[in-house]
Amino acid sequence: MSTIRVDSLTKQYGSGEAAVLAVRDINIDIPSGELIAIMGESGSGKSTLLTVMGALNSPSRGKYWVDGIDVYALGQEARADFRRNTLGFVFQSFHLIPYLTVRENVMLPLTPVKGKEKDKRAMAERALGRVGLAAKGHRLPGQISGGEQERAAIARALVNKPPILLADEPTGNLDTKTTREVMDLLKDLNSDGMTIVMVTHNHECARYAGRVLRLSDGLLLGE
Amino acid sequence: MNLGDIALRNLRRRKSKAAFVLIGLTIGVSAVVVFVSLVEALTQNINSKLEEYGANILIVPKTENLSMSYGGLSLGGVLFDMKEIHEEELAKIREIENSQNVAAVGPMLLGAVEIGNRKALLAGMDFKVVYQLRPWWKFEGRLPEKGEEGILAGAEAARVLGLGVGKIVAMNGRKLMVSAILETTGSQDDQILFTQLATAQSILHKEGRISLAEVAALCAGCPIEEMVKQISAILPGANVMAIKQVVEGRMETLNHFRKASYGLSAIVALVGALVVLVTMMGSVRERTAEIGIFRAIGFRSSHIMKIILLEAGLVSVLAGVLGYLLGLGATKIALLFFAGGSAHAGHGIAVPLDPWLAGAALALALVLGLAASFYPARVAARMDPCEALRTL
Repeated sequence: MSTIRVDSLTKQYGSGEAAVLAVRDINIDIPSGELIAIMGESGSGKSTLLTVMGALNSPSRGKYWVDGIDVYALGQEARADFRRNTLGFVFQSFHLIPYLTVRENVMLPLTPVKGKEKDKRAMAERALGRVGLAAKGHRLPGQISGGEQERAAIARALVNKPPILLADEPTGNLDTKTTREVMDLLKDLNSDGMTIVMVTHNHECARYAGRVLRLSDGLLLGE
Repeated sequence: MNLGDIALRNLRRRKSKAAFVLIGLTIGVSAVVVFVSLVEALTQNINSKLEEYGANILIVPKTENLSMSYGGLSLGGVLFDMKEIHEEELAKIREIENSQNVAAVGPMLLGAVEIGNRKALLAGMDFKVVYQLRPWWKFEGRLPEKGEEGILAGAEAARVLGLGVGKIVAMNGRKLMVSAILETTGSQDDQILFTQLATAQSILHKEGRISLAEVAALCAGCPIEEMVKQISAILPGANVMAIKQVVEGRMETLNHFRKASYGLSAIVALVGALVVLVTMMGSVRERTAEIGIFRAIGFRSSHIMKIILLEAGLVSVLAGVLGYLLGLGATKIALLFFAGGSAHAGHGIAVPLDPWLAGAALALALVLGLAASFYPARVAARMDPCEALRTL
């Protein structure tokens, strides 16, 4: 269970006349166990906001807190540990490593962690079972469908049981039926207490969220 | 699955890049192995040849006078008061620190004898060590045996005195038979009558004494100057000199070759390292997105470095083994040309399997591979994960 707090957060790219404010003075409080959807047009700053919340992109101004931890006050390596232990990240294009099997992709976040190979494998099998891919762990990403790849990416995000899941357009490349399956899965995970922040421009997906935040030109318009 | 598995999988996936790094490093390592093996093989060969050149240390009594002869030509017939060394003192040579490098010690007593109305130089020597001290000697007849009062006559002495094998020579009231005639050597030996040391001591009435001693030192692994110092220390009454021209001349040539070889090795190794650097840099750039994913899901910078360096390390180990074997094979082929031009000549120089060189080749490959991959690994580790993910 993790509480997220975004405090007066601004992200600027470039400087001088070429400066672009991707997100401006954003304030968000997300209690643990919520499923939040962030919506907005392309270029509205929603993906930038998600990368900042994913501890991947330092804000130009403002603070980002998770369970009282000032995430960007952490050093590079500590922030990597924070990402591994606290966050699960689902990318729009799945971002599976093509030369590793589905099971190995799911095991990736466990790779730098000390532990028995058998235990890691069991954790990966549980995560694969959770997303309905138990029988396809031995396949390479190129040998499964887009929906299955998305589910594999979700399995990778939840393998080490992080309290927060961040998803960037998780259904962006999927058909309607598969989109529904993936959203049902995310809803299930949220029901189990996982905090989920999802960026989407799909209104159908947004309906699964308990709260929808709207962004335009980097500004939070409201809920 | 661990970081090593990821490195291994990536190598398998990018076979051409891995092969390029492998070839670059293998060529670098094998070139170093070839040059080092060649230098070592030739050094051993020259050392064994040097041993065939005979004595290379001369022990004479200390004197304050200067020599009055040059190139075998004596000026004015000046005779100095000649000091001598006691024969038993030579036994101490076997006690010096580098005694294992002493191949032979040849005592010699010199003295003038009268044969008819002519004077000649008689040299008493130990014929047992003649093949080590004068390996170039060729003679007609046979060497006088121990206890036998025989003469080995130098070619010029035999001509002037009208000696032949089997002829009896009377000197200082003693009769000795000429048992051998030396073929022309072009040295002072041509002018001398040689006999057993004990016989000469008896004829010259100098029992237990010698005029000089020659030492054949094995030069491999021992500086001749060091041996000279050690012998000087135990024989304070003697002047010990290294016959340096032969040894140093050849050693200097070999040292030039050694330096040139090491210089060339360094250049080839550097080129190999550059190949690794460029290839690994390209590989890192190709894998920007993948590195971004690793970083996004919680890999530390140090984990990324480990993956890249593990890949380089695995290829380097293979390159070390291949480089050593390839280098060894190339050395054998090169020696066929180096050692005399004919295919048969090269067979005379052995190229032994040297575990030190094998270990050094492996270490060199690892050091080159890892050093050349360090910068690309650092670039990968410092990649901004957000920027890296944007390349997708």
